[in-house]
Amino acid sequence: MAKTYFTEDHEWLRVEGGIATVGITDYAQEQLGDLVFVELPETGRKLTKGDTAVVVESVKAASDVYAPVDGEITEANGALSSDPSLVNSAATGDGWLWKMKLANESQLEGLLDEAGYQAHIG
Amino acid sequence: MTGDDIKHLPLEDLHSAAGARFGAFAGWSMPLTYPAGVMKEHLHTREHAGLFDISHMKLFEVSGPDAARLLNRACPLDAGALDISQSKYTFFLNEAAGIIDDLIVTRLGDERFMVVANAGNAATDEKHLRALAGDFDAKADALDRVFLAIQGPEAWAALARAGIETGSLLFMHGIEPRQNWFMSRSGYTGEDGFEIGLPEADARNLVARLLEDERVLWIGLAARDSLRLEAGLCLHGQDITPEIDPASAGLMWAIPKDIRATGPFIGADALRAIIERGPAQKRVGLKPEGRQPVRAGAALFDADGNPSGHVTSGGFGPSAGHPVAMGYVQTALAKPGTKLFADVRGAKIPIDINPLPFTPHRYRKG
Repeated sequence: MAKTYFTEDHEWLRVEGGIATVGITDYAQEQLGDLVFVELPETGRKLTKGDTAVVVESVKAASDVYAPVDGEITEANGALSSDPSLVNSAATGDGWLWKMKLANESQLEGLLDEAGYQAHIG
Repeated sequence: MTGDDIKHLPLEDLHSAAGARFGAFAGWSMPLTYPAGVMKEHLHTREHAGLFDISHMKLFEVSGPDAARLLNRACPLDAGALDISQSKYTFFLNEAAGIIDDLIVTRLGDERFMVVANAGNAATDEKHLRALAGDFDAKADALDRVFLAIQGPEAWAALARAGIETGSLLFMHGIEPRQNWFMSRSGYTGEDGFEIGLPEADARNLVARLLEDERVLWIGLAARDSLRLEAGLCLHGQDITPEIDPASAGLMWAIPKDIRATGPFIGADALRAIIERGPAQKRVGLKPEGRQPVRAGAALFDADGNPSGHVTSGGFGPSAGHPVAMGYVQTALAKPGTKLFADVRGAKIPIDINPLPFTPHRYRKG
């Protein structure tokens, strides 16, 4: 059974079997506006919590998306290379950014649940 | 500048009601985007008509028997040679021929001119103009106006529907159609369009009438920036600055030949010296390969890794369908087709010198 977590940096993680699928929230994509490019990470890259994992570029600006926890990239969402607007149209679905194998599942305990995130964005 | 000093547009309530997302620009809280989003707003302007609140920009009226002479001193311009209602793109230059601000000057009468200046430079411009005015029988008054731009191929039709005929007004001409109104056929998008300075109450009426028309949408500052960048138009503070002269900026077309040679403008000696030896760098259009935008500040290199210049504006061009940028490169590299590389977060992105504009201008010149 997958469980979904959120961060104060407006990311979501769906965790199942030690693998987290990571994306940005609908609130975040709205703030960024129309995305025109997503700089995807290489599979196998090891991330420490807080590292820049992905850069999303809107018409106007580039924004970093940080690794919410430690782990290793197992897959990047290649569909975004040809259609970065998937992040706008389906931020929590087809617009996911990367999948990572968790290095330390206990880090999940420090993240927000959906109610906590909704309270965070007010 | 602290948050408390930020200036608010007189029509801010209308933008809030339209769902604008605001951000700070040049000391003003400005609508960046509306719910349609920058991409749709940009494309709508090129296809129909976009309405922009540009009240952060400043209108100055320069008047008096010496008004033309004052402007000829402040700008590389022959103000007295302008026909009444004719507009001219020009600049205030410093003694080193650096661009203090870029402006549009329109002749309103024998001894009256309208000067439209940028938001971020309005205070500097006013001080500069007032200081110079002391040497002449002329004065400069800052006007209190709402300033709107309506841009796009259907702008004229939308204005006509709203009761404002524009038929005989051509590109780079401006008139005073009503009391305390100033309307010019000009803009910052590369499209046909108009800029209208008018009292707030009149502006509220005009906006209401324009927005009844489905061809007209509010357009935010984000799309204003992508539109002007595709059109190859400079943003002062980025693409031109007090450290950049008109020759390096590729803006010599704005200076009449005889004025270049003998004009009495501030910075004339410095500009003539620059023209004599040739500018060391030139402003160019830049087209990054692929989809990744290359933004202001990115360093440019040649194939051997030698520093070659830098990017001053960059983003994505919704009409062009690819990233677009402009910047400065060494003069020898400024030829269209030259292949360079831009450093984006450590990656080398191939980038070509590209002619400007990226999107053809569609001005109504006659």
